[in-house]
Amino acid sequence: MISVNGLTRSYGGFKAVNDISFTIRDGEITGLLGPNGAGKTTTLRMLSCYLKADKGSIVVDGINAADDPLKIKQMIGYLPESAPLYGDMLVFDYLMYIAEVRGIPGVRRVSEVADICRIKDVMHKNINELSKGYRQRVGLAHAMIHDPQILILDEPTSGLDPIEIVEIRNLIKELGKKKTVILSTHILSEVEATCDRVIIINRGTIVADDKTELLQSASGGEKKIIVRISGTGFDPLHSALIDIPGVKSIEQLYDPELTAAALTVSGSSEIRPEIFKTISSNNWVMYEMKQDQESLENIFRELTAGGENGKVQ
Amino acid sequence: MGRFSEINAIMKKELKSYFNSPIAYIVIAVFLVFTGFFFFKDFFYYNQAEMRNLFQLMPLMLCFVIPAVTMKLLSEERQSGSFEILMTLPVSSLDIVLGKFFAGTIFSAVMISPTLMYLATIVFTGSPDFGPVIGGYIGVILLSAAYTSIGLLASSFTRNQIISFISSWAACFSLWLVDKAVIFLPSKSGFISYFGTDYHFQNIAKGIIDSRDIIYFISICALSLMFTVKVIEERR
Repeated sequence: MISVNGLTRSYGGFKAVNDISFTIRDGEITGLLGPNGAGKTTTLRMLSCYLKADKGSIVVDGINAADDPLKIKQMIGYLPESAPLYGDMLVFDYLMYIAEVRGIPGVRRVSEVADICRIKDVMHKNINELSKGYRQRVGLAHAMIHDPQILILDEPTSGLDPIEIVEIRNLIKELGKKKTVILSTHILSEVEATCDRVIIINRGTIVADDKTELLQSASGGEKKIIVRISGTGFDPLHSALIDIPGVKSIEQLYDPELTAAALTVSGSSEIRPEIFKTISSNNWVMYEMKQDQESLENIFRELTAGGENGKVQ
Repeated sequence: MGRFSEINAIMKKELKSYFNSPIAYIVIAVFLVFTGFFFFKDFFYYNQAEMRNLFQLMPLMLCFVIPAVTMKLLSEERQSGSFEILMTLPVSSLDIVLGKFFAGTIFSAVMISPTLMYLATIVFTGSPDFGPVIGGYIGVILLSAAYTSIGLLASSFTRNQIISFISSWAACFSLWLVDKAVIFLPSKSGFISYFGTDYHFQNIAKGIIDSRDIIYFISICALSLMFTVKVIEERR
């Protein structure tokens, strides 16, 4: 278990992280979400004992990071942003070096992590010659070579192509079954796809901290449902649907062929069956009905509004 | 306190990366060309079986060469970001500093070792006095260690290798210059020459191994390494 209390760090006069507190239970995948410059990297750097905190404490399994950083570093596997590995080394040599510094008998463990991270076929290449995806996977292998309980990954998917992103996400999910994972990202769909829990941070402070689903449904108590039908105009559709309990307002959307409307719905009850019944009882044909996937996006935007003038890191 | 296995691992990695890069071989080649030229230039003219020529030159020569060896030690890690990886491994700042210091010193020793061929030449052509030769080599190793520690300190300040090179060259050169600059100072300030590297080195190179000279070089190493650790810690 990791508990962070009142963590603060400034660079010169700029407070990058300001009084952050949270607790992470074992086996959770936690996403640290925020716009660029929100303080994600600084927070992770303090967790990994690279930076010292100005104020506040980090306690991992009862050990205070300020008292015994070496012990904490043994428990944590850390992958910095964009995997700054030694470019002039071979992948194999690099992993052997990390194993040696960590005091692990090398060869067998290196081949184990190479299997897990699927980097077997690049073991004898220079790290500089690898694609970003492979480099990131070598970084992951480096972070888990000592089989740590905690993995800290700073923007593990930034700069990867879509296929590599999916691969890395799956790998992280796989690892998250046995380990505590903390990752940072500024991409919402990433949190939705991989994390059990999300901590949204902006301008150095936590603005939201909850289970991913809860945060999604809590989108100000409102969600959007979009329907596209044919067989009628907007006005009859409006008058038919506005009476369904929970529907707050209906907006017309542009559609050259169909009638499209966006319903703003409040409350947590599921009203999509009701909408479907109403439409089919009028003999209209439904082409599409979807609940807006952007809900987390909306929360994020609301919570971090005006955060653009934060400085990087 | 630093621990042996971690220091050893870091040292081996640094040595490996030295010999994997062309810079190392360029530095060695330049060093050998210059020392070889200056050593043999007047060698047959003086017709003396001694290496004083070489050792007299060494403190100045190493001022230029060792900063080139040490400039990347910490600067490169800062530049590429791999410093973050190094610092999040379970090693202390002292382990890192000592590992890199030993690697730099050993590399310098390897770089100087081909000059033993000159010794072979002398032994072949005459009968040298081994006192000054042994003293000279001990002095050269101590001097390299001192310059390496200064270079390491310089490279901890900056991520730019050129700045690292020039500042450590300036520091080493100033220390070489100190005892030569004394003539410009009032007569009472003669003690200032004790701060110079050349003063102490030339004592040892005479074949007189005096604890004062050894302590001087060890103090330079200890001070520079201590400051390097401080710089790393301060930057966290």
